Amino acid sequence: MAPLLDVEGLVVDIAVHSGALHAVRDVSFQVDRGETLCLVGESGCGKTMTALALMGLLPSAARRRVRRLAFQGESLATAAADRMASLRGHRMVMVFQEPMTALNPAYTIGNQLAEGHRRHLGSSRLVARERAVELLEKLGVNAASERLRQYPHQLSGGLRQRVMIAMALMCAPSLLIADEPTTALDVTVQAQILRLLIELQRDFGIGILLITHDLGVVARVAHRVAVMYAGEIVESGTTAAVFAAPRHPYTRGLMTSIPVPGQTPPGGRLGAIPGIVPSLIGEMRGCAFRDRCAHALTICTAPVAWRAEENHGWRCVLSPSPAHAEVA
Amino acid sequence: MSDLVAVPLIDAPGTLPRTLLRRRVLAHKGLLIGVGLLTLATFIALLAPLIAPHDPYAQDLAHRLIPPIWQEKGAWAHVLGTDNLGRDYLSRVLYGARISLLIGLAVMVISGLIGTILGLTAGYFGGRIDMAITFITTVRLAMPVILVALAVVATIGSSLLVVILVLGLLRWDRFAIVIRAATQQVRALDYVTAAQATGASTLRIIFGECFPNILPQLVVIATVEAANAILLEAALSFLGLGIQPPLPSWGLMIAEAKQYMFFSFWLIAIPGTALALLVFAINMVGDGIRDVTAPAGRM
Amino acid sequence: MLAFTLKRLGLAVVVAITVSVLAFLLLRISGDTATALAGEGARVEDIENIRRLYGLDRPLMVQYLDWLGKMLRGDFGQSLYFKSDVTALVFDKLPTTLWLAVFSLLFALAISVPLGVLAAVHPNSWVDRLCLLLAVCGQALPNFFFALVLIMVFAVMLQALPVSGSNTWAHFVLPTITLGYYVAPAFMRLVRAGMIDVLASDYIRTARAKGLSGPSIILKHALRNALVPIVALTVVQLGFLLGGSVVIETVFALDGLGYLAYQSISHQDLPVTQAVVTLVSFFYVGLTLAADLLNAWLDPRIRVG
Repeated sequence: MAPLLDVEGLVVDIAVHSGALHAVRDVSFQVDRGETLCLVGESGCGKTMTALALMGLLPSAARRRVRRLAFQGESLATAAADRMASLRGHRMVMVFQEPMTALNPAYTIGNQLAEGHRRHLGSSRLVARERAVELLEKLGVNAASERLRQYPHQLSGGLRQRVMIAMALMCAPSLLIADEPTTALDVTVQAQILRLLIELQRDFGIGILLITHDLGVVARVAHRVAVMYAGEIVESGTTAAVFAAPRHPYTRGLMTSIPVPGQTPPGGRLGAIPGIVPSLIGEMRGCAFRDRCAHALTICTAPVAWRAEENHGWRCVLSPSPAHAEVA
Repeated sequence: MSDLVAVPLIDAPGTLPRTLLRRRVLAHKGLLIGVGLLTLATFIALLAPLIAPHDPYAQDLAHRLIPPIWQEKGAWAHVLGTDNLGRDYLSRVLYGARISLLIGLAVMVISGLIGTILGLTAGYFGGRIDMAITFITTVRLAMPVILVALAVVATIGSSLLVVILVLGLLRWDRFAIVIRAATQQVRALDYVTAAQATGASTLRIIFGECFPNILPQLVVIATVEAANAILLEAALSFLGLGIQPPLPSWGLMIAEAKQYMFFSFWLIAIPGTALALLVFAINMVGDGIRDVTAPAGRM
Repeated sequence: MLAFTLKRLGLAVVVAITVSVLAFLLLRISGDTATALAGEGARVEDIENIRRLYGLDRPLMVQYLDWLGKMLRGDFGQSLYFKSDVTALVFDKLPTTLWLAVFSLLFALAISVPLGVLAAVHPNSWVDRLCLLLAVCGQALPNFFFALVLIMVFAVMLQALPVSGSNTWAHFVLPTITLGYYVAPAFMRLVRAGMIDVLASDYIRTARAKGLSGPSIILKHALRNALVPIVALTVVQLGFLLGGSVVIETVFALDGLGYLAYQSISHQDLPVTQAVVTLVSFFYVGLTLAADLLNAWLDPRIRVG
């Protein structure tokens, strides 16, 4: 059965004064129905650009190239703008990081929840309202009907994010892309939102592409994970496989620098990855991580091939090294 | 993520601010055009006595209302024709440039001085001083400039000097408002606090730290006000209550030509176009300076 | 909101009073009224007689309070030039100027809002540059020159519209276009800047992510938020136009407040001049107050100030 989302060879370049900024370099992955794929990496690694590229929401200065981009079997690589617009908010939806500014201050919640439903499904105001109330209640919002009449500035951050999620689910989408949906929220609210996402997936069978920099979130919700660095995916596989035996030095660096429940031994040292992310402007060859890698070899300046095992792949020339190699 | 739009403006790290500025200036066509036109106007104004073919005040009633060179009866003796008193139009236009530029400059300086001092004071000290100055500015804003200017000029009697003084003493409000806001912004920055901490005198802080940083905005508003002053003087002269004949103020020339407008439209078109071009040039320069010194807020 | 309103109202009243004092002083001391009243070639005793007759020898403060008292009762005195009751004169001409101001603003908005939106949606494109060029030209063209050009084109060449007087609605067309064209550039820049800001905001990205249509995003989501500062500017411009229409009304012989002001000033008619200046100022103060309150109502954060 064709995967829900199939991406191969995605490239995003942004025009800048001194040349081209390679925000996303040859990214490939798949998302299946009822499964969650987490895209992990630090800020600036290109995860948000990837998501925007999929949705057709890139800024005008950005150029996208892709070998294959298929959603539910339909190729979107050269889809027209209105085709993308009819899919967005309907079959494929996105939830963003900042709930505080993501809603229009001039209109009520009800109005903004209903408009997508009425546009894509041609429903009446009443039907859209009912659907909105139904979703809000499912998301744990009480007094949902009264809430519809409220304005965004009258709601808290956690509430707004639930509204954003409800807004995304209004038309019963197949794919949900969530860009750091809990980063701007309190820890307790974070946990609630994540639990909600898991339940929704279970109930509706939607595929979720979850973007985050937080390995804890990955451990909790992801079936599979893809680690991004400097615009490319350096390691991917099932969460269990990657967490049990991270192969790429960057992934290992991440693991040791962030305490992961169940993994980090109590009283153990937290590592740090020295150096900074390389410039994404201009020509880039070979492994982007080599300047910060303790095990770099001359061969790392040449393009590095993808190596795959069962349920696990990575982009590194090194043989599987001892489990506790240090990266400092 | 809403700063994605600004991405194309990244420059390579390590470039000198001066180089960046020069690069931006040279790339900004509007600014270059404006500066070019303005320089031309300045040269004309300064060299008018040398390049004007005739005396702008010399009347020649035998050769009234000769059309400019591109019309049938035009002659090379008077490239832009003559007016109703036989005065050479080209010469009058050239001399008119002196008047307009002088007005623009003088009013800008006077109102700029008043407004900047008020704005700096209000913005830096805040509190009661700020309230008082803001009150004064509000009162001044409430008074209709043209009406008051007209009334004063009508009673005192008008001349170039009177027009300059009246406009200069009335038009400082924009300066005060903009400079006050700019000063408030700058004042909140750390280096001002640092200067205060080292015991620098207030005057020194205002002129040493605040002033250089509000300079770009000051320049922009100065160009706007210069342009406005030129247009205001033209309007006043047009109504007969500004510069008096026989001075070749462009606004006055239009007024004098009004009755001959239907058959000799060039008498109006030429000074009108001259005014428009001069104001256009000044606005281009102002816009350009603003774009070049604050690209993040580019309009 | 109430406390804010009262504070602003109080301030407005104080400003209005101060303006009236200033206007009074300015006009009294910038010339000798008695001499003007007496006319050309009057003898010294005549001037003195007139001075006593009109109470012009009393202290300025007394004269001011007297004038203020009368004004609050609706009495602006007698016009020297028109020989009629000033109040009646002024309020007779006022509607014309008000209509002109309103029409001009509507015209200005009608051309500046669409152009501003267009420029903002295609920033730095040729459309944008064209709109900015139009704005710059609008600001550079002297309004009386533009008026004369329009007169040439429409009244003479095309014989389509009247150019003088104010009897019919047709008489308002050219003056409206002239004034409207004059104030439009400021609006256009504001709309453009506001739209560019709003279009870069997160909620617009959300609207795009919902797959809403282009027009819906621009008009329903973006413009609604970008127009807030426009409202305030419109109100303020109305006040400005009331006083600034002097030139246009005079060129088109439109019988309004501005034309009245010009005539009274040219003929040294002090009572009328004073009345017009004061009235226009009061209007401006009132309209600015309205704009402040409107802003505060639209954006609750402003009420703190």
